[in-house]
Amino acid sequence: MSAHAEHHGPPIANQSSRINASVLGMFLFIASEGMLFGAFFTAYFFVRVVNPEAQSWPLEPFHLPVFVAGVNTAILVTSSFTMHWALQSVKRGNRAGLQAGLVLTLLMGMAFLVTQMLEYARIGFNPSDGAFGTIFFGLTGLHGAHVFVGLTLLAVATVRAFRGHYTPEHHHGVEIPGIYWHFVDVMWIVVYATIYLL
Amino acid sequence: MARNPLRSEAEAFRFVLLTVAYFALIVAASTVSTWLAVAVFLALTALVLWRWARRTSREPPERASVRRGGTAGERRILVVANETVGGAELLEVLRRKAEGVQGHVLVVTPALNSPLRHWASDEDGARAAAQGRLDASLARLAQQGIDAHGEVGDGDPLQAIEDALRTFGADEIVISTHPEGRSHWLERNVVSDAKARFDVPITHVIVDLDSPST
Repeated sequence: MSAHAEHHGPPIANQSSRINASVLGMFLFIASEGMLFGAFFTAYFFVRVVNPEAQSWPLEPFHLPVFVAGVNTAILVTSSFTMHWALQSVKRGNRAGLQAGLVLTLLMGMAFLVTQMLEYARIGFNPSDGAFGTIFFGLTGLHGAHVFVGLTLLAVATVRAFRGHYTPEHHHGVEIPGIYWHFVDVMWIVVYATIYLL
Repeated sequence: MARNPLRSEAEAFRFVLLTVAYFALIVAASTVSTWLAVAVFLALTALVLWRWARRTSREPPERASVRRGGTAGERRILVVANETVGGAELLEVLRRKAEGVQGHVLVVTPALNSPLRHWASDEDGARAAAQGRLDASLARLAQQGIDAHGEVGDGDPLQAIEDALRTFGADEIVISTHPEGRSHWLERNVVSDAKARFDVPITHVIVDLDSPST
């Protein structure tokens, strides 16, 4: 018997591992992001726990614009719907829907970021105003940085969509920014509920 | 394995909706009382964990389709064995299967290790021992006129099979174990799990090393 089979062309890639590489990558990404946000949330809850006598939160003289942030939250959650619409459109071969969905998502993401910057300018305290100020700007700023990255990915996907890229079979370039955008959305819901509402 | 909520855009979108509902209920409860919010938080978290655990346990193992590499008149056999790798019963089965066809045999010997050494990544000893068994086995196969090659595999026999199948398109897998009662692999359902996981015929060979014929 022969020991080796005939094989032409480059050697077959060996992917020896216990878990699919893309799944592992996504798990590592989620874990690293969880630890990053977790560190900030730990600091935030520490600040709350060491102020047990507080009757209301945040302590005086801090006041958070809950309504404006709520509108901003609604914008971001709505952008997840338009992102999902864009993906569903490309899967059905609806290019106009893909383009419209991506543009709307991009615009709403930009609106969120601009609103947050305006909120920073008018909020009445800054990062050096005690532990709460530091944590507030740290957490919301960290999330804002994620939104900026998401917007960059969405901008690339949008340009490509208008250049005729993506088909119902091949739309990885929209799927990945979409997953990232939803992740950013989830993190904001946690941040908003924790810092502004609870 | 845990289900990844960000595996696809559709699942990530669903995750967004669930997150909105989760926090909306907690925030709504907090307007009534802080303790009610804590109770809702605990109840929802317990519900999520319970559903996640139930879903994970119900998910059938993913069945891997095997890329067949053999041509007509050719038979590619993947042999997975550890201590029983040189057993007479296994050699006899391989000799019979190789009769009348051009056979390619790949012998994989998992580098079995203790859990502590595995977690400490101390696998040198296990791999050396497996290599020794493999070399002896290949020599016995050569004595029987069976031309085979081999490699040391992952300590988990199912993973060793999956790794080997990526580069060796097998028509058949032969798993050799000790008899029932003395086999750790049978105790861990390695053979039945392999049959559920790999889309390729699997033959189970029992090798009794205490038998005089072995």
